[in-house]
Amino acid sequence: MDLSIKWLKEFVDIDYKARDFAEALTMSGSKVEGYTTEGAEISGVVIGKINSIDKHPNAEKLVICQVDIGDKVLQIVTGATNLKVGDIVPVATDGSTLPGGIKIKKGKLRGEESFGMLCSLGELGLTLGDFPYAIEDGIFVIEEECELGQDAKEVLGINDDIVEFEITSNRPDCLSVRGLAREVASTYNLPFKDHTPVVTECGGDVKDYLKSVKVDATDLCYRYMARVVKNIKIAPSPRWLRERLRASGVRPINNMVDITNYVMLEYGQPMHAFDYKHVAGGEICVRRANEGESITTLDGGERELTTNNLCIADRDKPIAVAGVMGGEYSGIFDDTDTVVFESACFNGASVRTTAKYFGMRTDSSARFEKGLPPQLCQAALDRACELVTLLGAGEVVSGVIDIKHFEDKPVTITLDADWTNKFLGTDIPEAEMKEILCRLGFEVKGNDIVAPYYRIDIEHKADIAEEIARIWGYNSIPETAIKGKANGKVTDEQKFVRTINDVMLAAGYSQINTYSFMSPKEYDLICAPENSELRNSVTITNPLGEDTSVMRTTALPSMMETLALNFNRRNQSAKLFEIATEYINLGIDNLPDEQKVLIAGAYGNTDFFEVKGALEMLFKVLNLPEADFVATNDEASYHPGRTAKIFAGKTEIGILGEIHPTVAENYNIDEKVYVAKLNVAAMYKAVGEEKMYHQLPKFPAVTRDLSMLCDEALPVADIKKAIATGVGDILESIELFDVYRGSQIPEGKKSVAYSFTLRSESGTLSEKQCTKAVNKAIAELEKLGAEIRS
Amino acid sequence: MKEQLKNVAISAQQALESVKDQQELEALRVRFLGKKGELTAILKQMGSLSPEERPVIGQLANETRAQIEAVIAEKSAQFKSATASEKLRKETIDVTMPGSKKAMGKKHPLNLVLDEIKEIFLGMGFDVAEGPEVELDYYNFEALNIPKDHPARDTQDTFYITDNILLRTQTSPVQVRTMEKQKPPIRVISPGRVFRSDAVDATHSPVFHQIEGLVVDKGVTMGDLKGTLADFAKRLYGEDAVVRFRPHHFPFTEPSAEMDTMCFNCGGKGCRLCKGEGWIEILGCGMVHPKVLANCGIDPEEYSGFAFGMGLERLVMRRFNIDDLRLFYENDQRFLDQF
Repeated sequence: MDLSIKWLKEFVDIDYKARDFAEALTMSGSKVEGYTTEGAEISGVVIGKINSIDKHPNAEKLVICQVDIGDKVLQIVTGATNLKVGDIVPVATDGSTLPGGIKIKKGKLRGEESFGMLCSLGELGLTLGDFPYAIEDGIFVIEEECELGQDAKEVLGINDDIVEFEITSNRPDCLSVRGLAREVASTYNLPFKDHTPVVTECGGDVKDYLKSVKVDATDLCYRYMARVVKNIKIAPSPRWLRERLRASGVRPINNMVDITNYVMLEYGQPMHAFDYKHVAGGEICVRRANEGESITTLDGGERELTTNNLCIADRDKPIAVAGVMGGEYSGIFDDTDTVVFESACFNGASVRTTAKYFGMRTDSSARFEKGLPPQLCQAALDRACELVTLLGAGEVVSGVIDIKHFEDKPVTITLDADWTNKFLGTDIPEAEMKEILCRLGFEVKGNDIVAPYYRIDIEHKADIAEEIARIWGYNSIPETAIKGKANGKVTDEQKFVRTINDVMLAAGYSQINTYSFMSPKEYDLICAPENSELRNSVTITNPLGEDTSVMRTTALPSMMETLALNFNRRNQSAKLFEIATEYINLGIDNLPDEQKVLIAGAYGNTDFFEVKGALEMLFKVLNLPEADFVATNDEASYHPGRTAKIFAGKTEIGILGEIHPTVAENYNIDEKVYVAKLNVAAMYKAVGEEKMYHQLPKFPAVTRDLSMLCDEALPVADIKKAIATGVGDILESIELFDVYRGSQIPEGKKSVAYSFTLRSESGTLSEKQCTKAVNKAIAELEKLGAEIRS
Repeated sequence: MKEQLKNVAISAQQALESVKDQQELEALRVRFLGKKGELTAILKQMGSLSPEERPVIGQLANETRAQIEAVIAEKSAQFKSATASEKLRKETIDVTMPGSKKAMGKKHPLNLVLDEIKEIFLGMGFDVAEGPEVELDYYNFEALNIPKDHPARDTQDTFYITDNILLRTQTSPVQVRTMEKQKPPIRVISPGRVFRSDAVDATHSPVFHQIEGLVVDKGVTMGDLKGTLADFAKRLYGEDAVVRFRPHHFPFTEPSAEMDTMCFNCGGKGCRLCKGEGWIEILGCGMVHPKVLANCGIDPEEYSGFAFGMGLERLVMRRFNIDDLRLFYENDQRFLDQF
């Protein structure tokens, strides 16, 4: 909302200083977004009179003017053709500035000196709406009263101060000059100079014009008021009115349209003016539109109405979309003779839905949808009629239509000073509270506080507390500490996730954040089978675009996209991880199951075992039982020979593998990519018992090596298990130290060597004990078809 | 024999004086003191001496041996020290060579600051609560005093799954769920992802993070709100941080406020960073609306509370001078490596 300070001063005698004003209003609850002075960019433009116009000796299209600017006469060369001797014009003198950062300097034009520039409307940042008698392409010939040499901004009234407010949705009353003026008056504790409009009726009877006015949709229209104005003389509005509209960011059009806009800006009540001759049958009905009805609105758009849209209809058809926009043909034109002024109160939600449905948010709908009080209709309608008379724009027919469907019952709240102070943490005297409320327009009857009708936001004692607090000053409320006890604890699950983050960082993986939604096409990119459960995503009905339209059921595409971005930008390597959420669809009526996963991805300078090493370290820190990596070849996104499902005990907790080359290619990554994905909840469930202290060993350990020849396909993990089974309790640790293929090893075979440590807690192991254990291990290994080499 | 001993002493003295290294020294030790050495050879003749002479010569022989041994020991120490010095000299390295790379991963800047904020609130006695990101309309709006068709819904453009299920536009539903589950006293923060249908540009993202907080107990005041949040600002920005609270409107709090900090850049005078205002908006807050408490089964006559919420991305952008929000969700390794 842009507020004209000139307009404001009509209601409050304020000594305006921009910065102080902005600060004071912001701190009392009306946030100032910015402030400007009109014409701030214009300087050095003065009024001049054309003394003579002579041909330019060297240019056919230029003329040389001698311009009297009061204290001297300037020679100015111009190309304008609309000038004659005696014309009063704006003169941008040497060194002056114009909107858009333009600077005017004296110079020579085709050899003739020119000491400035004569300005057009546009060059001064004005339009025909501001000065309808001027022309658009040519010098602005001024018809205002003025003196030569006078500052043109003053003469043309380009000197208002404008303050831009951010109005919160609970205060539609502040979307008006009067509303803001009341706030200013309360803030500065100055009187609000109210004005009660007076209507001068010319006789006749409104009912002779409006034969029938009725409200069918009484649930959506709380009040409908109308008056008729006849003998309309469409003309431009007077300058003061145009200036105020311009300062408020509204383009002046003609007196009748300007009046409705002026009243809306001043009172916050949207008005509408119908051309009476287009109100068929002189009948008005406020009703829901019928299916199949349509209307061409003022902006030229053809709108198909539905029964959800409230409309103003005449005998035959809709003539306005209620509270949003009028119909094109029933608008005000130069031939308009009689006008129907509408001042009504519509249901906010209904206006909001309709405006949104048609995609036409107007100044009118923006006000209605926040909820306007029906009491406002009359003052606004009276003001419009008062302006008609003032402007000599027409004659107001006697009588007024007023159909009410609301209860005029003010909100009364009991002031509980003690509660208020306890709630705010203040010590404000009750008398001061009442004084503040009076200032804000509340009526104080003992402890009963009656809210003014325009404060639709007041309904609870907490609202009264806020009113008192904001005028008393939020910054005057003392800062205190919360009483009572507090925990401040992190849950075990939260600690668990924190540890995962810490370990992955220590393992060299950087943390990422990716979108929760993605394109359903990603499922094709990761080669998910047609019937895969993964494709059953929760779908957004109003996505920004297809690429963010489904909630991911797997974080794999997010990781692949991120790795692809890095690869594409020629980053040599990337090692990334995220604790990501996957959204598992549980049916249309249910919230999805949100599963946290750890996803780690890498390319460049890495391999399967590097990632596996990071995971093994993670499992160790998390105190998971030793995880099993079981080869799998049926995961479509992964390399069939380089992928493992990961088990903690019997529970599957995740997957690790090289991404299938086809998938990597789908993401345009020309490198081996490794991705691990682990379910956080499954890992958390698998956490082992808390580790207890174990006595440090008292007896010496014995180390043995076993080297063997076995089938290429035999997993080394099986060999390790066989040794462990054979050796039994006295196995302290076991380590793979060599796998060899090549010369001296037959095709299809490999040589595998394990080193293991034996130790007993009950005594030094004898040679016999050790040999027995090793022999048992060998027996187990032979069952696997391994051939011991040493 | 006396003469012989003297001669050995002299020749040993002379030989030892010119010895060059440990090896030569050892050879001399063998030559003079060894089993077949010169001194031993002389001592072997002791048997031929008279009982009177024996102790005299014996003492002299011992003295000679001790003398030689002392010199050898001294020389040996000299050589060892020289060798050790030489070894150290040879081991000299260029300490300005770069350290070997330790490939630690980097925390995402959003998480870096989020963790810091969590720590601050944990230290102030707040628990950390979590809740679903795909949420019921009821928890995201209705329970928070934002019925269907409320104009406030326009300011939070919402992604819908169905009429009743949506992507949460704020983390406030977690507060409602907390209040439903837990009786006061309540002191929680709820950090997390939120979603709004804003097209992606340098300052907008359809996914971003909020940190909201809630305190409910008997006798919680607006003064407590101010004290707690001013304390938070000091813990986050340092003791010098100056804050102000100005009135605002949220449907779920009454009174409502926004907290600004004085612009760090210009100290309140107004500059480009703070758009000339001298203040930078940090968070929204207010006393929990009595209707919201009642919706959650908490008697507003008995209890009161305050709530607050802030956007993480904007905080982090200001903190690290990041000018484009998209960088957070691109996750370029070179970007991540900077923090």
